[in-house]
Amino acid sequence: MKKILITSLISFMLASSVSAGTDGENSLSKKPVVVKDCFEGLNRATFSLNKGLDKTIFKPIAKGYRKLPTAVRGGTSNALVNLSSLITVPNNILQGEFKKAGINTVRFAVNTTVGILGLFDVAEKMNFPEYEKEDYGQTFGAWGIGAGCYVVLPVLGPSTVRDLTGSFVNLLGGDPYYNVSTHGNNEYLSDSLYMKTKVLSGIDFRAKNLASIDNLEKNSMDFYASVRSLYIQDRQQKIKNSNPTIEIMYEGDWEEIESQ
Amino acid sequence: MFSKKILTLLIFLIISFSNIAKVYSIEPNIFVQSTVNRASEALNNKFSKEEKILKLKAIAKETVDIAGIGFYTLGSYRKNITDDQKKEYGNLFEQYFLKTFSSRLAEYSNPEIEVVDKKKLNENYTMVYSILVATEQRPEIKVDWRIYTKNPDNPLIRDLIIEGLSLVRTQKEEFSSIIQGNDGDINALFSTLREFIK
Repeated sequence: MKKILITSLISFMLASSVSAGTDGENSLSKKPVVVKDCFEGLNRATFSLNKGLDKTIFKPIAKGYRKLPTAVRGGTSNALVNLSSLITVPNNILQGEFKKAGINTVRFAVNTTVGILGLFDVAEKMNFPEYEKEDYGQTFGAWGIGAGCYVVLPVLGPSTVRDLTGSFVNLLGGDPYYNVSTHGNNEYLSDSLYMKTKVLSGIDFRAKNLASIDNLEKNSMDFYASVRSLYIQDRQQKIKNSNPTIEIMYEGDWEEIESQ
Repeated sequence: MFSKKILTLLIFLIISFSNIAKVYSIEPNIFVQSTVNRASEALNNKFSKEEKILKLKAIAKETVDIAGIGFYTLGSYRKNITDDQKKEYGNLFEQYFLKTFSSRLAEYSNPEIEVVDKKKLNENYTMVYSILVATEQRPEIKVDWRIYTKNPDNPLIRDLIIEGLSLVRTQKEEFSSIIQGNDGDINALFSTLREFIK
Protein backbone atom coordinates (compact mmCIF):
# COMPACT_ATOMS: atom_id res chain seq x y z
CA MET A 1 0.00 0.00 0.00
CA LYS A 2 2.82 2.36 1.01
CA LYS A 3 4.63 1.59 -2.25
CA ILE A 4 1.51 2.21 -4.33
CA LEU A 5 1.01 5.57 -2.63
CA ILE A 6 4.62 6.60 -3.22
CA THR A 7 4.52 5.40 -6.84
CA SER A 8 1.33 7.38 -7.48
CA LEU A 9 2.87 10.47 -5.89
CA ILE A 10 6.00 10.16 -8.04
CA SER A 11 3.97 9.68 -11.22
CA PHE A 12 1.91 12.76 -10.40
CA MET A 13 4.94 14.86 -9.50
CA LEU A 14 6.91 13.86 -12.58
CA ALA A 15 3.92 14.53 -14.81
CA SER A 16 3.57 18.03 -13.40
CA SER A 17 7.31 18.62 -13.69
CA VAL A 18 7.47 17.62 -17.33
CA SER A 19 4.97 20.29 -18.24
CA ALA A 20 6.86 22.89 -16.25
CA GLY A 21 9.62 23.24 -18.85
CA THR A 22 13.14 21.92 -18.83
CA ASP A 23 16.29 23.19 -17.26
CA GLY A 24 18.36 20.13 -17.97
CA GLU A 25 19.86 21.77 -21.01
CA ASN A 26 20.77 25.29 -20.32
CA SER A 27 23.39 26.83 -22.54
CA LEU A 28 25.28 30.08 -22.60
CA SER A 29 23.01 31.59 -25.21
CA LYS A 30 19.78 30.81 -23.37
CA LYS A 31 18.23 32.70 -20.53
CA PRO A 32 18.48 30.83 -17.25
CA VAL A 33 15.23 28.89 -16.80
CA VAL A 34 13.01 30.47 -14.18
CA VAL A 35 11.71 28.06 -11.56
CA LYS A 36 8.21 29.14 -10.54
CA ASP A 37 7.42 29.71 -6.90
CA CYS A 38 3.81 28.51 -7.22
CA PHE A 39 3.19 28.23 -3.47
CA GLU A 40 5.10 31.31 -2.35
CA GLY A 41 2.77 32.19 0.54
CA LEU A 42 2.92 28.71 2.00
CA ASN A 43 6.65 28.44 1.24
CA ARG A 44 7.39 31.68 3.08
CA ALA A 45 5.40 30.44 6.09
CA THR A 46 7.31 27.13 6.10
CA PHE A 47 10.56 29.04 5.67
CA SER A 48 9.75 31.09 8.79
CA LEU A 49 8.94 27.91 10.68
CA ASN A 50 12.26 26.40 9.58
CA LYS A 51 14.11 29.55 10.63
CA GLY A 52 12.55 29.22 14.09
CA LEU A 53 13.49 25.55 14.32
CA ASP A 54 17.00 26.37 13.13
CA LYS A 55 17.44 29.09 15.71
CA THR A 56 16.20 27.00 18.63
CA ILE A 57 17.38 23.51 17.71
CA PHE A 58 19.66 23.01 14.70
CA LYS A 59 21.99 25.97 15.01
CA PRO A 60 22.83 25.35 18.69
CA ILE A 61 23.44 21.66 17.92
CA ALA A 62 25.61 22.60 14.92
CA LYS A 63 27.58 25.01 17.12
CA GLY A 64 28.15 22.22 19.63
CA TYR A 65 29.14 19.85 16.84
CA ARG A 66 31.72 22.40 15.66
CA LYS A 67 33.42 22.15 19.04
CA LEU A 68 34.28 18.49 18.44
CA PRO A 69 37.89 17.83 17.43
CA THR A 70 38.57 18.42 13.74
CA ALA A 71 39.55 14.78 13.27
CA VAL A 72 36.17 13.60 14.60
CA ARG A 73 34.21 16.00 12.39
CA GLY A 74 36.39 15.22 9.38
CA GLY A 75 35.95 11.48 9.88
CA THR A 76 32.17 11.82 10.28
CA SER A 77 31.94 13.98 7.20
CA ASN A 78 34.04 11.50 5.20
CA ALA A 79 31.85 8.58 6.31
CA LEU A 80 28.67 10.44 5.30
CA VAL A 81 30.11 11.32 1.90
CA ASN A 82 31.18 7.71 1.46
CA LEU A 83 27.61 6.52 2.16
CA SER A 84 26.31 8.97 -0.44
CA SER A 85 28.29 7.01 -3.08
CA LEU A 86 25.59 4.36 -2.80
CA ILE A 87 23.13 6.80 -4.37
CA THR A 88 25.70 8.43 -6.65
CA VAL A 89 26.73 5.21 -8.44
CA PRO A 90 23.23 4.20 -9.70
CA ASN A 91 22.67 7.79 -10.79
CA ASN A 92 25.99 7.84 -12.66
CA ILE A 93 24.72 4.79 -14.55
CA LEU A 94 21.27 6.31 -15.19
CA GLN A 95 22.97 9.38 -16.64
CA GLY A 96 25.17 7.22 -18.89
CA GLU A 97 28.33 8.11 -16.95
CA PHE A 98 29.67 4.56 -16.79
CA LYS A 99 33.29 5.52 -16.23
CA LYS A 100 32.35 7.69 -13.27
CA ALA A 101 30.17 4.86 -11.94
CA GLY A 102 33.18 2.54 -12.06
CA ILE A 103 35.49 5.05 -10.37
CA ASN A 104 32.92 5.79 -7.64
CA THR A 105 32.35 2.08 -7.02
CA VAL A 106 36.07 1.51 -6.54
CA ARG A 107 36.23 4.67 -4.38
CA PHE A 108 33.45 3.29 -2.16
CA ALA A 109 35.15 -0.12 -1.90
CA VAL A 110 38.53 1.40 -1.01
CA ASN A 111 37.18 3.90 1.50
CA THR A 112 34.86 1.39 3.17
CA THR A 113 37.61 -1.20 3.62
CA VAL A 114 41.01 0.48 3.80
CA GLY A 115 39.40 3.74 4.96
CA ILE A 116 37.55 1.96 7.83
CA LEU A 117 33.86 2.46 6.96
CA GLY A 118 34.69 5.67 5.12
CA LEU A 119 36.20 7.51 8.09
CA PHE A 120 39.32 8.15 6.00
CA ASP A 121 39.21 9.32 2.41
CA VAL A 122 41.93 6.98 1.19
CA ALA A 123 40.78 7.39 -2.42
CA GLU A 124 41.64 11.08 -2.30
CA LYS A 125 45.15 10.25 -1.14
CA MET A 126 45.36 7.84 -4.10
CA ASN A 127 44.56 10.77 -6.41
CA PHE A 128 41.10 9.63 -7.48
CA PRO A 129 39.23 12.32 -9.46
CA GLU A 130 37.24 14.82 -7.40
CA TYR A 131 34.01 13.24 -6.11
CA GLU A 132 30.72 14.73 -7.34
CA LYS A 133 27.54 13.69 -5.55
CA GLU A 134 24.61 12.66 -7.73
CA ASP A 135 20.99 12.00 -6.81
CA TYR A 136 17.75 11.09 -8.55
CA GLY A 137 16.62 14.72 -8.79
CA GLN A 138 19.78 15.49 -10.76
CA THR A 139 19.22 12.46 -12.97
CA PHE A 140 15.66 13.62 -13.78
CA GLY A 141 17.12 17.04 -14.61
CA ALA A 142 19.80 15.47 -16.81
CA TRP A 143 17.01 13.61 -18.63
CA GLY A 144 15.39 16.94 -19.44
CA ILE A 145 12.64 16.89 -16.83
CA GLY A 146 11.88 20.40 -15.57
CA ALA A 147 12.26 21.45 -11.96
CA GLY A 148 8.54 22.08 -11.48
CA CYS A 149 7.54 24.45 -8.72
CA TYR A 150 9.88 25.52 -5.94
CA VAL A 151 8.85 24.15 -2.56
CA VAL A 152 10.05 24.63 0.99
CA LEU A 153 9.66 21.52 3.11
CA PRO A 154 9.26 21.61 6.87
CA VAL A 155 12.64 20.84 8.49
CA LEU A 156 14.20 19.61 5.21
CA GLY A 157 14.22 23.07 3.59
CA PRO A 158 14.31 24.12 -0.07
CA SER A 159 13.47 21.71 -2.88
CA THR A 160 11.53 21.50 -6.12
CA VAL A 161 8.82 19.11 -7.20
CA ARG A 162 11.42 17.24 -9.26
CA ASP A 163 13.97 17.03 -6.46
CA LEU A 164 11.31 15.95 -3.98
CA THR A 165 10.27 13.21 -6.38
CA GLY A 166 13.93 12.16 -6.56
CA SER A 167 14.00 11.87 -2.77
CA PHE A 168 10.98 9.54 -2.89
CA VAL A 169 12.89 7.27 -5.27
CA ASN A 170 15.41 6.69 -2.46
CA LEU A 171 12.59 5.24 -0.36
CA LEU A 172 11.39 3.09 -3.24
CA GLY A 173 14.58 1.11 -3.44
CA GLY A 174 16.89 3.70 -5.00
CA ASP A 175 19.07 4.00 -1.92
CA PRO A 176 20.86 0.74 -1.11
CA TYR A 177 21.69 2.00 2.40
CA TYR A 178 17.97 2.58 3.09
CA ASN A 179 17.10 -0.85 1.68
CA VAL A 180 19.63 -2.66 3.82
CA SER A 181 18.72 -0.62 6.91
CA THR A 182 14.97 -1.14 6.67
CA HIS A 183 14.62 -4.49 4.92
CA GLY A 184 17.96 -6.12 5.61
CA ASN A 185 18.08 -8.87 8.16
CA ASN A 186 21.09 -7.95 10.24
CA GLU A 187 21.82 -6.81 13.75
CA TYR A 188 23.93 -3.76 12.84
CA LEU A 189 21.60 -1.69 10.68
CA SER A 190 18.07 -0.48 11.38
CA ASP A 191 15.45 2.16 10.50
CA SER A 192 16.56 4.31 13.39
CA LEU A 193 20.23 4.15 12.37
CA TYR A 194 19.22 5.30 8.88
CA MET A 195 17.31 8.23 10.36
CA LYS A 196 20.21 9.11 12.66
CA THR A 197 22.55 9.14 9.67
CA LYS A 198 20.24 11.56 7.84
CA VAL A 199 20.00 13.83 10.90
CA LEU A 200 23.79 13.76 11.23
CA SER A 201 24.13 14.76 7.56
CA GLY A 202 21.92 17.78 8.26
CA ILE A 203 23.95 18.78 11.31
CA ASP A 204 27.22 18.32 9.41
CA PHE A 205 25.93 20.56 6.60
CA ARG A 206 24.68 23.21 9.05
CA ALA A 207 27.97 23.17 10.98
CA LYS A 208 29.99 23.64 7.79
CA ASN A 209 27.86 26.63 6.82
CA LEU A 210 27.37 28.41 10.14
CA ALA A 211 29.18 31.60 9.19
CA SER A 212 28.03 31.77 5.58
CA ILE A 213 24.32 31.34 6.41
CA ASP A 214 24.52 33.94 9.20
CA ASN A 215 26.31 36.31 6.86
CA LEU A 216 23.74 35.79 4.10
CA GLU A 217 20.85 36.43 6.48
CA LYS A 218 22.46 39.55 7.90
CA ASN A 219 23.09 41.02 4.46
CA SER A 220 19.82 40.09 2.78
CA MET A 221 16.81 42.34 2.49
CA ASP A 222 14.72 39.31 1.51
CA PHE A 223 16.45 36.27 2.98
CA TYR A 224 13.81 33.90 1.60
CA ALA A 225 14.45 35.12 -1.99
CA SER A 226 18.23 34.85 -1.55
CA VAL A 227 18.02 31.25 -0.32
CA ARG A 228 15.62 30.34 -3.16
CA SER A 229 18.00 31.83 -5.75
CA LEU A 230 21.03 30.04 -4.31
CA TYR A 231 19.23 26.69 -4.10
CA ILE A 232 18.04 26.90 -7.71
CA GLN A 233 21.47 27.98 -9.00
CA ASP A 234 23.13 25.16 -7.08
CA ARG A 235 20.80 22.52 -8.49
CA GLN A 236 21.11 23.84 -12.06
CA GLN A 237 24.87 23.70 -11.82
CA LYS A 238 24.89 20.18 -10.35
CA ILE A 239 22.59 18.90 -13.09
CA LYS A 240 24.91 20.20 -15.80
CA ASN A 241 28.01 18.61 -14.27
CA SER A 242 30.08 21.03 -16.29
CA ASN A 243 32.13 24.11 -15.64
CA PRO A 244 29.58 26.05 -13.60
CA THR A 245 31.15 29.43 -14.15
CA ILE A 246 30.84 29.35 -17.89
CA GLU A 247 27.42 27.73 -17.92
CA ILE A 248 25.68 30.28 -15.74
CA MET A 249 26.91 33.16 -17.83
CA TYR A 250 23.87 34.46 -19.60
CA GLU A 251 25.20 37.42 -21.53
CA GLY A 252 21.92 39.03 -22.57
CA ASP A 253 21.44 41.38 -19.63
CA TRP A 254 25.07 42.46 -19.59
CA GLU A 255 24.92 43.20 -23.33
CA GLU A 256 21.88 45.39 -22.77
CA ILE A 257 23.76 47.35 -20.15
CA GLU A 258 26.66 47.82 -22.61
CA SER A 259 24.35 49.47 -25.09
CA GLN A 260 22.79 51.87 -22.56
CA MET B 1 57.11 69.70 -45.94
CA PHE B 2 55.40 71.05 -42.84
CA SER B 3 52.45 68.70 -43.22
CA LYS B 4 54.88 65.78 -43.59
CA LYS B 5 56.50 66.72 -40.28
CA ILE B 6 53.15 66.95 -38.59
CA LEU B 7 52.16 63.59 -40.02
CA THR B 8 55.41 62.03 -38.76
CA LEU B 9 54.88 63.58 -35.35
CA LEU B 10 51.31 62.32 -35.27
CA ILE B 11 52.35 58.80 -36.23
CA PHE B 12 55.09 58.92 -33.59
CA LEU B 13 52.60 60.06 -30.95
CA ILE B 14 50.06 57.39 -31.88
CA ILE B 15 52.70 54.66 -31.71
CA SER B 16 54.03 55.98 -28.42
CA PHE B 17 50.58 56.12 -26.83
CA SER B 18 49.62 52.69 -28.05
CA ASN B 19 52.84 51.31 -26.55
CA ILE B 20 52.15 53.10 -23.28
CA ALA B 21 48.65 51.59 -23.30
CA LYS B 22 50.17 48.16 -23.81
CA VAL B 23 52.65 48.65 -21.01
CA TYR B 24 49.94 49.74 -18.57
CA SER B 25 47.14 47.33 -19.53
CA ILE B 26 46.59 44.98 -16.60
CA GLU B 27 46.12 41.25 -16.99
CA PRO B 28 42.83 40.26 -15.28
CA ASN B 29 44.46 37.54 -13.15
CA ILE B 30 47.11 39.96 -11.91
CA PHE B 31 44.39 42.53 -11.24
CA VAL B 32 42.44 40.00 -9.14
CA GLN B 33 45.48 38.82 -7.20
CA SER B 34 46.48 42.40 -6.48
CA THR B 35 42.92 43.31 -5.39
CA VAL B 36 42.78 40.26 -3.16
CA ASN B 37 46.16 41.13 -1.63
CA ARG B 38 44.95 44.65 -0.91
CA ALA B 39 41.74 43.33 0.67
CA SER B 40 43.74 40.82 2.67
CA GLU B 41 45.97 43.60 4.00
CA ALA B 42 42.86 45.65 4.88
CA LEU B 43 41.50 42.68 6.84
CA ASN B 44 44.63 42.40 8.93
CA ASN B 45 43.75 42.15 12.59
CA LYS B 46 45.85 45.19 13.45
CA PHE B 47 42.93 47.32 12.19
CA SER B 48 39.64 47.87 14.02
CA LYS B 49 36.42 46.68 12.37
CA GLU B 50 35.54 50.28 11.39
CA GLU B 51 38.97 50.79 9.82
CA LYS B 52 38.64 47.52 7.94
CA ILE B 53 35.26 48.58 6.56
CA LEU B 54 36.59 51.97 5.42
CA LYS B 55 39.55 50.37 3.66
CA LEU B 56 37.37 47.74 1.99
CA LYS B 57 34.94 50.38 0.76
CA ALA B 58 37.81 52.33 -0.83
CA ILE B 59 39.08 49.19 -2.57
CA ALA B 60 35.57 48.31 -3.81
CA LYS B 61 35.02 51.78 -5.27
CA GLU B 62 38.23 51.41 -7.29
CA THR B 63 37.91 47.83 -8.43
CA VAL B 64 34.20 46.99 -8.73
CA ASP B 65 31.84 48.23 -11.44
CA ILE B 66 29.18 49.19 -8.90
CA ALA B 67 27.07 51.17 -11.38
CA GLY B 68 27.07 48.32 -13.92
CA ILE B 69 26.13 45.74 -11.31
CA GLY B 70 23.39 48.06 -10.06
CA PHE B 71 21.72 48.23 -13.45
CA TYR B 72 22.15 44.52 -14.01
CA THR B 73 20.45 43.69 -10.73
CA LEU B 74 17.41 45.79 -11.68
CA GLY B 75 16.73 43.31 -14.49
CA SER B 76 13.95 44.26 -16.89
CA TYR B 77 12.67 46.94 -14.49
CA ARG B 78 15.53 49.21 -15.56
CA LYS B 79 13.79 49.73 -18.91
CA ASN B 80 10.78 51.43 -17.37
CA ILE B 81 12.30 53.90 -14.95
CA THR B 82 12.85 57.62 -15.43
CA ASP B 83 16.25 59.30 -15.45
CA ASP B 84 15.59 60.69 -11.98
CA GLN B 85 14.75 57.23 -10.69
CA LYS B 86 17.91 55.88 -12.34
CA LYS B 87 19.97 58.50 -10.55
CA GLU B 88 18.29 57.83 -7.22
CA TYR B 89 18.70 54.08 -7.67
CA GLY B 90 22.38 54.51 -8.61
CA ASN B 91 23.03 56.37 -5.34
CA LEU B 92 21.03 53.95 -3.20
CA PHE B 93 22.59 50.89 -4.80
CA GLU B 94 26.12 52.18 -4.31
CA GLN B 95 25.53 52.74 -0.59
CA TYR B 96 23.78 49.38 -0.28
CA PHE B 97 26.56 47.57 -2.15
CA LEU B 98 29.38 49.12 -0.15
CA LYS B 99 27.61 48.36 3.11
CA THR B 100 26.92 44.70 2.36
CA PHE B 101 30.23 44.11 0.58
CA SER B 102 32.33 45.45 3.42
CA SER B 103 30.14 43.84 6.07
CA ARG B 104 30.42 40.45 4.36
CA LEU B 105 34.19 40.63 4.11
CA ALA B 106 34.91 42.28 7.46
CA GLU B 107 33.92 39.03 9.20
CA TYR B 108 36.96 37.28 7.75
CA SER B 109 40.48 37.76 8.96
CA ASN B 110 43.38 37.27 6.58
CA PRO B 111 41.55 35.22 3.94
CA GLU B 112 44.07 33.50 1.70
CA ILE B 113 43.04 33.50 -1.95
CA GLU B 114 45.17 31.98 -4.70
CA VAL B 115 44.49 32.80 -8.33
CA VAL B 116 44.83 29.59 -10.32
CA ASP B 117 43.72 30.28 -13.89
CA LYS B 118 41.91 32.62 -16.27
CA LYS B 119 39.78 32.27 -19.37
CA LYS B 120 38.92 35.02 -21.82
CA LEU B 121 35.21 34.78 -22.66
CA ASN B 122 35.19 37.63 -25.19
CA GLU B 123 36.63 41.14 -25.62
CA ASN B 124 34.57 42.42 -22.68
CA TYR B 125 34.94 39.60 -20.18
CA THR B 126 37.57 37.34 -18.69
CA MET B 127 36.88 34.81 -15.96
CA VAL B 128 39.56 34.52 -13.31
CA TYR B 129 39.53 31.34 -11.24
CA SER B 130 40.77 31.28 -7.69
CA ILE B 131 40.51 29.28 -4.49
CA LEU B 132 39.91 30.44 -0.95
CA VAL B 133 42.37 28.25 0.93
CA ALA B 134 40.81 25.87 3.50
CA THR B 135 41.01 26.62 7.21
CA GLU B 136 40.10 24.63 10.33
CA GLN B 137 36.57 26.07 10.14
CA ARG B 138 35.78 25.56 6.48
CA PRO B 139 36.85 23.55 3.43
CA GLU B 140 38.53 25.01 0.34
CA ILE B 141 36.13 27.22 -1.64
CA LYS B 142 36.23 27.99 -5.37
CA VAL B 143 35.83 31.70 -6.08
CA ASP B 144 35.56 32.85 -9.70
CA TRP B 145 35.70 36.46 -10.77
CA ARG B 146 33.92 37.91 -13.76
CA ILE B 147 36.18 40.73 -14.91
CA TYR B 148 34.96 43.44 -17.25
CA THR B 149 37.85 44.15 -19.60
CA LYS B 150 36.38 46.58 -22.11
CA ASN B 151 39.00 49.06 -20.95
CA PRO B 152 42.08 46.85 -20.46
CA ASP B 153 43.83 49.61 -18.53
CA ASN B 154 41.09 49.65 -15.96
CA PRO B 155 39.59 46.18 -15.46
CA LEU B 156 36.63 46.00 -13.11
CA ILE B 157 34.93 43.23 -11.14
CA ARG B 158 31.36 42.54 -12.24
CA ASP B 159 30.53 39.33 -10.43
CA LEU B 160 31.85 36.88 -7.86
CA ILE B 161 30.87 33.27 -8.36
CA ILE B 162 31.36 31.24 -5.22
CA GLU B 163 31.22 27.47 -5.75
CA GLY B 164 29.18 28.14 -8.89
CA LEU B 165 26.74 30.53 -7.21
CA SER B 166 26.64 34.00 -8.72
CA LEU B 167 26.33 36.80 -6.17
CA VAL B 168 25.02 39.21 -8.80
CA ARG B 169 22.33 36.79 -10.00
CA THR B 170 21.29 36.18 -6.38
CA GLN B 171 21.09 39.94 -5.84
CA LYS B 172 19.04 40.42 -8.99
CA GLU B 173 16.56 37.73 -7.93
CA GLU B 174 16.29 39.20 -4.44
CA PHE B 175 15.50 42.67 -5.84
CA SER B 176 13.02 41.19 -8.30
CA SER B 177 11.26 39.37 -5.45
CA ILE B 178 10.93 42.62 -3.48
CA ILE B 179 9.49 44.48 -6.50
CA GLN B 180 7.11 41.64 -7.41
CA GLY B 181 5.96 41.36 -3.81
CA ASN B 182 4.86 44.99 -4.07
CA ASP B 183 2.85 44.70 -7.30
CA GLY B 184 5.78 45.74 -9.50
CA ASP B 185 6.31 49.04 -7.70
CA ILE B 186 9.99 49.91 -7.97
CA ASN B 187 9.61 52.54 -5.26
CA ALA B 188 9.16 49.67 -2.80
CA LEU B 189 12.71 48.56 -3.64
CA PHE B 190 13.96 52.10 -3.12
CA SER B 191 12.26 52.24 0.31
CA THR B 192 13.69 48.87 1.32
CA LEU B 193 17.16 49.96 0.20
CA ARG B 194 16.83 53.23 2.12
CA GLU B 195 15.75 51.34 5.24
CA PHE B 196 18.60 48.84 4.90
CA ILE B 197 21.41 51.39 4.51
CA LYS B 198 20.32 53.48 7.51
